[in-house]
Amino acid sequence: MKLTVQVNEGPYQHQASDSAYHFTKAALEKGHEIFRVFFYHDGVNNGTRLTTPPQDDRNVVARWSELAEKNDLDLVICVAAAQRRGIVDEGEAERNGKDATNIAPGFRISGLGQLIEGGIQSDRLVVFGD
Amino acid sequence: MATKKFMYVNRRAPYGTIYAWEALEVVLIGAAFEQDVSMAFVDDGVFQLMKGQDTAGIDMKNFSPTYSALGDYEVTKIYVEKESLEERGLTLDDLQHLVWEDEDEDWAEKDSIRLVSRAELAEVFAGQDVMFNF
Repeated sequence: MKLTVQVNEGPYQHQASDSAYHFTKAALEKGHEIFRVFFYHDGVNNGTRLTTPPQDDRNVVARWSELAEKNDLDLVICVAAAQRRGIVDEGEAERNGKDATNIAPGFRISGLGQLIEGGIQSDRLVVFGD
Repeated sequence: MATKKFMYVNRRAPYGTIYAWEALEVVLIGAAFEQDVSMAFVDDGVFQLMKGQDTAGIDMKNFSPTYSALGDYEVTKIYVEKESLEERGLTLDDLQHLVWEDEDEDWAEKDSIRLVSRAELAEVFAGQDVMFNF
């Protein structure tokens, strides 16, 4: 089955990203196709490489990056949500005159159309959040 | 590819969290994709459609006028759950009058809001292809 996953909450505060990660990993292991993982609302905070969790805790952000690298996943952060919350890649830094970037490896910033396209192209849209 | 039935479910009050506003942003962007779009307002989500919203006291943008533009985006099916209104002491008269213009009937103005029971809304949900929850 072809799936798009939507993550609506940030890491650590909420378990949605953990659940989405475990779901995505399990779906891949079962041979399903992940068309895209789309991060919206505070979910965009899953894409900052500056998180530094305690060493005895899981690294939610790095885990997504590793899963993306291993499986060629498309991890998309909503640009409008990202701008509000300070998730920045090089293009955004240049456009908005910011002095730094913080996007984690494997993530990219793009528009809400990517979420809609995920709904159109996939057999299921699976949403994680409250 | 065939058109899909998209349902955007709005469950939260308009202010207090950003879900309502960011949901509306998805609907407006999604309108460009020419799918069969519906919206539903349930639970505290019915407060999103209240008329006469005034956010001056909380220094937030009052985005409620945007709902009246939905008809221009060809979002013409707006389901409001009857029980959610009643539980909050509201009636349809407390909500904005949302309309759309029917191109096939000489641009006749038609009501967008469909008042439905919880059971009826469940049936509407069952017939959808893609469900967004906000």
